[in-house]
Amino acid sequence: MNIATLTENRMAAFQPPSAPDYLPPAILRELQFSRLKAILTRAWDCVPLFRARLRERNLAPSHLASLEDIAELPFTTKTDLRDTYPFGLFASPMQDIVRLHASSGTTGKPIVVAYTQRDVDVWTSVMVRCFSACGLHQGDIVQNAYGYGLFTGGLGAHYGAEGLGATVIPISGGNTDRQIMIMKDFGVTAICCTPSYFLHLAERALQLGVNLRDLPLRAGIFGAEPWTDSLRRRLEDLAGIQAFDIYGLSEVIGPGVAIECPYHNGLHIFEDHFYPEVVDPESGQSLPEGEEGELVLTTLSKEAMPMIRYRTRDITALIPGPCPCGRSLRRMRRIARRTDDMLIVRGVNIFPSQVEAALLTIEGTMPHYQILLTRQHGLDQMEVQVEVTAETFSDRIGAMEELNQKIADALEHVLGIRVEVLLVEPHTIQRSEGKARRVIDRRSES
Amino acid sequence: MKLHQLSIFSENKPGHVVEPCRLLAREGIDIRALSLADTQRFGILRMIVSDWQKAKALLETSGAVVKVTEVLAVEVPDRPGGLADVLGVLEGSGINIEYMYAFPFVRGEKAVLIFRFDKPDAAVTHLAQHGVNVLGEGILDTVAG
Repeated sequence: MNIATLTENRMAAFQPPSAPDYLPPAILRELQFSRLKAILTRAWDCVPLFRARLRERNLAPSHLASLEDIAELPFTTKTDLRDTYPFGLFASPMQDIVRLHASSGTTGKPIVVAYTQRDVDVWTSVMVRCFSACGLHQGDIVQNAYGYGLFTGGLGAHYGAEGLGATVIPISGGNTDRQIMIMKDFGVTAICCTPSYFLHLAERALQLGVNLRDLPLRAGIFGAEPWTDSLRRRLEDLAGIQAFDIYGLSEVIGPGVAIECPYHNGLHIFEDHFYPEVVDPESGQSLPEGEEGELVLTTLSKEAMPMIRYRTRDITALIPGPCPCGRSLRRMRRIARRTDDMLIVRGVNIFPSQVEAALLTIEGTMPHYQILLTRQHGLDQMEVQVEVTAETFSDRIGAMEELNQKIADALEHVLGIRVEVLLVEPHTIQRSEGKARRVIDRRSES
Repeated sequence: MKLHQLSIFSENKPGHVVEPCRLLAREGIDIRALSLADTQRFGILRMIVSDWQKAKALLETSGAVVKVTEVLAVEVPDRPGGLADVLGVLEGSGINIEYMYAFPFVRGEKAVLIFRFDKPDAAVTHLAQHGVNVLGEGILDTVAG
């Protein structure tokens, strides 16, 4: 019996679905290494691009002597997925593939991802572990407001909640008034959606005279876009819930790569299936724990579409030390920004999440904002449009001008440059039912 | 003695004032007095209406943020110096006027102005002590004639 089978058997000996969360680190490393060797062999055997990349470097799966050797393997990028569109990175024949998902391609072709039945089962199992970490169980009523369809969010959360034994309401995104009615009438205890959509939903509920704090709703599982701790507090306060950050990406599996536990100090990565590294986004050099860089993930068990050292473009750091919750899975800091979110305005690097954080420092302001970039006389202009709220609105012009000034100051403090602030009417910035569109860049038009 | 004024935020764009007015018109609510304060980038529409609670609910359902402020309708003699006399009463009282605008109905020899004071209660007492007439909600029933 080889090590791989041995560890797989040891794993199976644990009963509850969340048991792998608590594997002793030595066993977890052993499991990761055996799975890494297997996945690399599969990639080499079945995906011409991976074999060619390894050969270029005179590498072969047999050269892998320890887990640390992963740092010598070549990266995979989103461009590789686009270049091999649609099925070029599949490692399974179509008769073994039971599901395809695709990303919303904002530019050009989408990227396509594939799952065998076993991949779907693994995906379900990690989502079950996510929901367990959020304190959900059989008897919970989960409103799944992630979009169902090609986007992985909807079905990922759906299978996970069902796998947990909870009751799923597959409402998908949109129709906010109906979402609120159902949440109230069905006694929903947990909701899954993007944080920006939940903010919209909570505000709309107030308008309709529904106070979410009075409902049985107690947990929100929010993901699919970067958000901040200040927004977490705002959402928790608005709705009387505990908000959990969930992380994932289609290229790796979908939602369910990492989840917060009730300590809310970073997200536990399901390391038995996704091997994390943090690298310098410029040089690609591996960074030690605690240092901030780009998250790189390797799928350790994915059959239909293995990903070797996939560059996620998400900026985070691995958190050293154990978590008080007892999970041995390493944690990463919550993602507040992505390398491709970055805007360069007048030579200064700006992330939309910085704008969100600045707005939340001002009492009564909601992070409903949009950034408009234009170019006037060859110079970048950045305008931040912010909605007036019931708390910030005054009948006095002077007070409104002060508010404008205060927001501009807070933004300057965080961003380092002075930007224009435009107060806009409430509920006029378009609410997204999925990922919020924060930036409108018209610089190339002028 | 105080009136409820509704204020709504308005972007400085064509058509942004007409919508709330239309909404109130459809529901048969009369706008008794109105002032639009504007800057280059935004405006504040302030209104005294016939049924402020209903108007507030309607505007809020339409998505507007509505601020309710207590204001005073003050009778001012309709002759040269009439306003100066009333303002004179306030001098040295420690009560400040945030803004004011005209109530478009004249009662006999008197004009009516809407005042937003920083201390509306103190203003009511002070004005009354000095013989200035502060009108109650009855003013809203005045019909243009």
